[in-house]
Amino acid sequence: MNAPPTGSLARHGGPGGAPPSAAAARGLMRRLRRAKEPEQGLAPRGGPLWATLAWGLTLMFFAPVAWMVLTSLHTEADAATNPPSPLASLTLNGYRELFRRGVEPYLINSAMASLVSTALVLALAIPAAYALSIKPVEKWTDVMFFFLSTKFLPAIAALLPVYLIVKKIGLLDNIWALIILYTAMNLPIAIWMMRSFLAEVPREILEAAEVDGAGLLRVLTLIVWPISMPGVAATALICFIFSWNEFMLAVNLTGVRAGTAPVFLVGFITSEGLFLAQLCAAATLLSLPVLLAGWAAQDKLVRGLSLGAVK
Amino acid sequence: MTALADGAVDTEVAALAHRSTAAQRMRRRAPLLPALIFTIIITQLPFLVTIGISVLNWNVLRPGDNAFLPGVELGKYESFAGISNYVTVFTDNRLRHAVMNTIVLTASAVLVSVVIGLLLAVLLDRRFPGRGLARTLLIAPFLVMPVAAALLWKHALYNPDYGLFNGVLNWIWQLFGAEQGPIIEWVTNMPMTAVVAALVWQWTPFMMLILLAGLQAQPGDIIEAAKVDGASGWQTFRFLTLPHLRQYLELSVLLGSIYLLQTFDAVFTITQGGPGTATTNLPYEIYLTMFRKYEYGEAAAAGVVVVIGTIIVATFALRTISSLFREEVGR
Repeated sequence: MNAPPTGSLARHGGPGGAPPSAAAARGLMRRLRRAKEPEQGLAPRGGPLWATLAWGLTLMFFAPVAWMVLTSLHTEADAATNPPSPLASLTLNGYRELFRRGVEPYLINSAMASLVSTALVLALAIPAAYALSIKPVEKWTDVMFFFLSTKFLPAIAALLPVYLIVKKIGLLDNIWALIILYTAMNLPIAIWMMRSFLAEVPREILEAAEVDGAGLLRVLTLIVWPISMPGVAATALICFIFSWNEFMLAVNLTGVRAGTAPVFLVGFITSEGLFLAQLCAAATLLSLPVLLAGWAAQDKLVRGLSLGAVK
Repeated sequence: MTALADGAVDTEVAALAHRSTAAQRMRRRAPLLPALIFTIIITQLPFLVTIGISVLNWNVLRPGDNAFLPGVELGKYESFAGISNYVTVFTDNRLRHAVMNTIVLTASAVLVSVVIGLLLAVLLDRRFPGRGLARTLLIAPFLVMPVAAALLWKHALYNPDYGLFNGVLNWIWQLFGAEQGPIIEWVTNMPMTAVVAALVWQWTPFMMLILLAGLQAQPGDIIEAAKVDGASGWQTFRFLTLPHLRQYLELSVLLGSIYLLQTFDAVFTITQGGPGTATTNLPYEIYLTMFRKYEYGEAAAAGVVVVIGTIIVATFALRTISSLFREEVGR
């Protein structure tokens, strides 16, 4: 199912034309996949009734998102009419108002927290996943399940000590507190995802390369990296999504200086009068990065959300 | 890769591992250690501290003079409490309410979203015009920032005066010549349903994605054979597809439960736990105990109870994941 996008992503990733051995590896991967799932594209066809039902439900689920975007483009007066006026004229005032009220620092904090923590996660997870798949340590499954179990512990139960420690070391309302916590929050997901991608690197090729006397660096750059590149991208997107959307830690550990996008959103509903169009503009603007990242990572989304258990 | 070749590689690896020296083992472990140490420090230590706080009488409004963790000094507590905080957790009305609300909220949100998610997955498993686009649109609710989604539901949909729900009702009523549609106070009259509906909207795509992956992993030839043998669509679904999906259903229920047990954003935003304590779940109650009542000991004890509850659910989840995992590794 994923063979064509995998290929194209890897091509984009390769700096100036992929080396021949990598291309051979990719060809082999593609063949292996095709052998495993022969007729993925040939799902049975549904009739017109099927299509109507599917589209009806889809539109029902999408309607609130569409309504959010539409309302964000209306004036405050048109946004709050009853019955609703979907055909009212469009304006960008809601968005202009957001920038007037200073949404930028919050966006920068969010970008900082999610991008830096994602980079840290990858720096820790890729070597770890290597030691759990390509050159596995003994009892590597136990290590995997230790990482997974940390993901299941509810963050709220750790909030009090985390708050006290963060306050003690002077990181309250400092973006680095969130960066470190988000790194820990996403590390298990990233390790599980990266392991499942690295496990796809064919053993035969690695062994052949070693027999031919290729050093570790050559094996990594010529074989492992090109094959696992799409996996790294998907893992990064999933980590970005979770950190960007995180609220509980952000609202309790940050304030005016290090507040992130969700903190801006909840602090926003204090003014009197009409605010619906502005609220929808804020919701749209702040959800946009994750919507785009999620749509880009669609094929790999389920793998990340199920911690690599489902492909 | 045949099972035979795989087995041969495994024995070879095992033999190599046996011969490897301590230095080689360390070299194998080295790339793993930074992640392992970081995870232990950031995720395990705080829980030990939580257990420590849970046996103390510690309220910020009544500072005592015993230093918590001498040397580190995270704060001053009054006295040792033994298990009295835990007794409070299990006997206090508010907390009992919170436990009940957590169960109701998690169970109903998970079940409803799994059922709708299954329906959508089955629909999307067949080809129809625009199937790819439909899938893309369907995952949007899961990607909208949870706080933004909660605010959207509270103000743009539920608001009795200008929300979309009452607005559409009003529009339909006026179409049929009525003066004014019904004005329903969604959040006030049905607070729990309001929170659950918003959560179901966000989590259905998640369930749909896992179940759709499950459907697509089903071997086509068996379905084909059943069709040749004259099985009806419902029979194939009931006796072939559902049993095949069982693992995926379990996984989606368990992962959904683990994430939804921790629901905080929606309660915080839509109802603030109210009216009264009607929608206060454990995470929100712990938050209130911590930052509104400043009862650190009690909050920590409640936190420990939540962890134990989660561990019970998680044991089942881990079992399901490990069976899927072993299948994949064994392949």
